[in-house]
Amino acid sequence: MNYFDDVVIDIQQLSFSRGERAIYSSIDLKIPRGKITAIMGPSGTGKTTLLKLIGGQLKPDSGSILIDNQNIPTLSRSELFSVRERMGMLFQSGALFTDMSVFENVAFPIRVHTDLPNDMIRDIVLMKLQAVGLRGAHDLMPSELSGGMARRVALARAISLDPDIVMYDEPFTGQDPIAMGVLVNLIRHLNDSLGHTSIIVSHDIQETLGIADYIYLIADASVIAHGTPEELQSVESPQVKQFMHGLPDGPVPFHFPAPDYGADLLSGEGR
Amino acid sequence: MDKLALLGRHGLDRLAAFGRSSMILFQALVAKPQPLMMFPLLVQQIYFVGVLSLIIIVVSGLFIGMVLGLQGYTILVDYGSEQAVGQMVALSLVRELAPVVTALLFAGRAGSALTAEIGLMKATEQLSSLEMIGVDPLRRIIAPRFWAGFICLPILSAIFAIVGVYGGALVSIDWLGIYDGSFWANMQNSVNFYEDVMNGLVKAVVFGFVVTWIAVFQGYDCIPTSEGISQATTKTVVYSSLAVLGLDFILTAVMFGEV
Repeated sequence: MNYFDDVVIDIQQLSFSRGERAIYSSIDLKIPRGKITAIMGPSGTGKTTLLKLIGGQLKPDSGSILIDNQNIPTLSRSELFSVRERMGMLFQSGALFTDMSVFENVAFPIRVHTDLPNDMIRDIVLMKLQAVGLRGAHDLMPSELSGGMARRVALARAISLDPDIVMYDEPFTGQDPIAMGVLVNLIRHLNDSLGHTSIIVSHDIQETLGIADYIYLIADASVIAHGTPEELQSVESPQVKQFMHGLPDGPVPFHFPAPDYGADLLSGEGR
Repeated sequence: MDKLALLGRHGLDRLAAFGRSSMILFQALVAKPQPLMMFPLLVQQIYFVGVLSLIIIVVSGLFIGMVLGLQGYTILVDYGSEQAVGQMVALSLVRELAPVVTALLFAGRAGSALTAEIGLMKATEQLSSLEMIGVDPLRRIIAPRFWAGFICLPILSAIFAIVGVYGGALVSIDWLGIYDGSFWANMQNSVNFYEDVMNGLVKAVVFGFVVTWIAVFQGYDCIPTSEGISQATTKTVVYSSLAVLGLDFILTAVMFGEV
């Protein structure tokens, strides 16, 4: 079966840099519709940046990001906002609105984009909160939640309007094993039953391998490998192997670029 | 040469910031206003920005009016014209002190709070998540806060002037024993509605615009870290105060300069 018969996001020749540092240089990436696509890579490679580029919050230096043939970087402000109504995004920090209760946070997208009556909104919100296991917490404020709970509320908010495309930025970080298992199932289940297209940014290898249909591995400003989880696990490239198996030694350095360790210690320069 | 380049760099940065702030203001206010969505948010912000500033404005107004009465009396009594203290209190309040002091207090009380709130929303990605939900933060967050400040400052300034006049009267009439008839009559004869009251109000409107603009822009444009937010808050208070004092001179020169 070909994954790319029906592509919802088509990124072509995308380049982006912050100051002198190139985050992406001419990458190509396709996200198939209705599938779970994972973007993986060592931290600092700009995975979150990629989500922000897709959401139009950052503008690339060059290249195009086509979502159903609309080129995101060239859209006007109001066109961009209408495209975003089809997207949901789970932020790494959760990014809940601190002046609203959990209930109001999840209800917010529904209230601004639909005219549904209050009792219907209540039902939808409670269903979404039930899905993430926090229905009982609906009248708490975000400051009363733990980091993992806040992220689950944010997930409920991201899916409250059943968007076509859901982007998850590190959904598994900070979750206990039970919540982690539930979340993995939930993302899979939502994707299959509602026909979402999901994009997961993560470096939790085992969870991501278990859930993703297709994986892009990003390092050094480009895509170093892509394929199904099975394909990636059998790739022989040392860079890919190192990341997939979490090995400390290999072509991907663990250390930030630095002068020689011994020379640095012995240089004796005062601070 | 390096210093010259640095100066140029600095100037360009300032110009760019001014351009950005104008764009933000334009997009928040002019492009497609949504009065229905805005109204409840505006009422909420008027409460936070205006009603909660009332105490500091009323207390300051009362004391400044009382001090004016006292100071005016000690000077005027030497010339035997202490009856004119009402006129002095009212004119200095209505023309100068009410708009200027209110704007300065407002920058410290409400402007800094606006900057910190918006800056923290930026740092905690709440503004980004609004954008991703498909809601323009300029319209949802910036616009109601801007309008609230713009509406509240002139009202607060008027309250300041009224309370100040009352404070002046309290000291002059009840304490120093000036005849209340001449206190009020002198005031009534000398304060002109258009020249004094309206000009004072125009000042307050201009200050309201500038102070709130600076506050929301500094919050929206801040570097989203704790250090960045603290710098932005400081900038709000410093820039607003300087802008208020500078504009006050210009406005006074334009309004009363030809006399």
